Amino acid sequence: MNTSLSSSSQKPINEFDVHRIRDEFPILSLNIKGKPLVFLDNAASSQMPQIVMDRWLCYQRSEHANIHRAVHYLSETATAHYEAARTTVQRFINARQSCEIIFTSGTTESINLVAQSWGRQFLKPDDEIILTTLEHHSNIVPWQMVAQACGAKIRVVPMFDNGELDLEAYAKLFNSHTKIACFTHVSNALGTLNPVAQMVATAREHGVVSLVDGAQAVPHLSVDVQALDCDFYVFSGHKLCGPTGIGVLYAKASLLESMPPYKGGGDMILSVSFEKTTYAPIPAKFEAGTPPIAAAITMAAAIDYLSGIGLDRIQAYETRLLQYATEQMKALPGVSIIGTAAQKAAVLSFKLDGVHPHDVGSLLNDDGVAIRTGHHCAQPVMQRLKIAATSRASFAFYNTFAEVDVLIKSIERVKLIFG
Amino acid sequence: MADSRQLYQEVILDHNKKPRNWGTLVQPTHRSEGLNPLCGDHIFLTLQLNDQKIEAIQFEGESCAICKASASMMTTRVKGQNVEQAQQMVAEFRDMATGKLDVDHTEHHLGRLTVFSGVRDLPTRVKCAILPWHTLQAALHSKSSVSTESGAENV
Repeated sequence: MNTSLSSSSQKPINEFDVHRIRDEFPILSLNIKGKPLVFLDNAASSQMPQIVMDRWLCYQRSEHANIHRAVHYLSETATAHYEAARTTVQRFINARQSCEIIFTSGTTESINLVAQSWGRQFLKPDDEIILTTLEHHSNIVPWQMVAQACGAKIRVVPMFDNGELDLEAYAKLFNSHTKIACFTHVSNALGTLNPVAQMVATAREHGVVSLVDGAQAVPHLSVDVQALDCDFYVFSGHKLCGPTGIGVLYAKASLLESMPPYKGGGDMILSVSFEKTTYAPIPAKFEAGTPPIAAAITMAAAIDYLSGIGLDRIQAYETRLLQYATEQMKALPGVSIIGTAAQKAAVLSFKLDGVHPHDVGSLLNDDGVAIRTGHHCAQPVMQRLKIAATSRASFAFYNTFAEVDVLIKSIERVKLIFG
Repeated sequence: MADSRQLYQEVILDHNKKPRNWGTLVQPTHRSEGLNPLCGDHIFLTLQLNDQKIEAIQFEGESCAICKASASMMTTRVKGQNVEQAQQMVAEFRDMATGKLDVDHTEHHLGRLTVFSGVRDLPTRVKCAILPWHTLQAALHSKSSVSTESGAENV
């Protein structure tokens, strides 16, 4: 083995080598219309490194069978990897036990599970659900559906112009009817990083259950559900370099045990007869049918990949990147940044005077720059700010400072075209 | 995918900046509202028909440049035409935008509106260009609103 070669070609372990990281993502070397892809739509979905793709292939090639069923070798292998994936997720967010991790199809299904199972069990007429102005539609609509079914009411935490929540108003919303408070950890539309530990504590003081939507947080910062002390925490695999179709519901074991099943089927029962069915213990009770086995195992590989880099280092790098992008953007006349909270994740929403975001998106695409335009599934945020839509650049740890420069240049070109 | 710069031509940018027939008629005989939930295009169209002829037409709202220019140029094109002629143009514009009508080799009544032919190569923008025409069609059929998503919300 040539140790001198490896030691001379590798940078010190602490240095964040974004170019070496980029080499691990095949899609990042794509050309769009002859120009290098600048992928700045990571808040919608992130890209997957080769090592994570390989995990999926390896599973299909040599480990796949249905789980929790047969006694043959492959079924036992697949079951072991699937349950190991659960343990990986448990450690990733520091849950007490792996049975507190339920695999779902994504954040949306996780919230629907809580709304339908916990909500229908515990919400009574005139009970109140606290949501915030910053929520993604997926943390609004499931609650409206269950509120309508149970006769419960929704109360909304107001937001300041800079995208921060009004925490005094939040604390005042609690009363004897309040049963649950649901809020996002990081806003997908504006990037606001909410003080969720404090918000959970406020809920707890009033004996109220809390749900944290972590879809936009887990790819950017390390999360400790025991430190947060939240009752529910939800996120998706595809936003943290994993595949689509897989997500997580974390819930305290005692809560999960008190909740009825959300879906019925195989794998979630102890025994079935036409007279009586006995449900399996958690987590199986909430995982009816054949789960997305390959997706769960691949998501765990993505978590291992991110943990290998280190969420703290990812956050530190992205903070510098966001700071640079914010400064560059601020220097452009006629461009305003939407969402200027003191604490933000790597999301930069902006507006160009006299140019609709949809036109911005189309023209940036000519330069290979992929951003999201629209209301970002957060129409209440847009209504609050009295705007129809924004353009949004959202960064990942594999984005570079040079890509920020391409973005800025491309925006300048749009300004030129529209005069 | 085509370069969208081909679409953002001078004439479209000009109509976006200075939309013609902008506003709302005081006493319209027909009106309709068009919504594209995908990008938030939202326009209001008012018409004054006299003996099947479009005597006046105005629009306003909030939309992207493609939608606004399409609406502006549509109003200048259909003003003074009768309902049948306008409906013919609605069909032709829709077919051009979706790539079914080759404006270079087929007879049509779209005039300068052919600047929008490039939209057929930008699938996400086809709806922006067509929205004003759907809204016109709805107004002529006395429907009060139309959505590119048939009322479905896209989240």
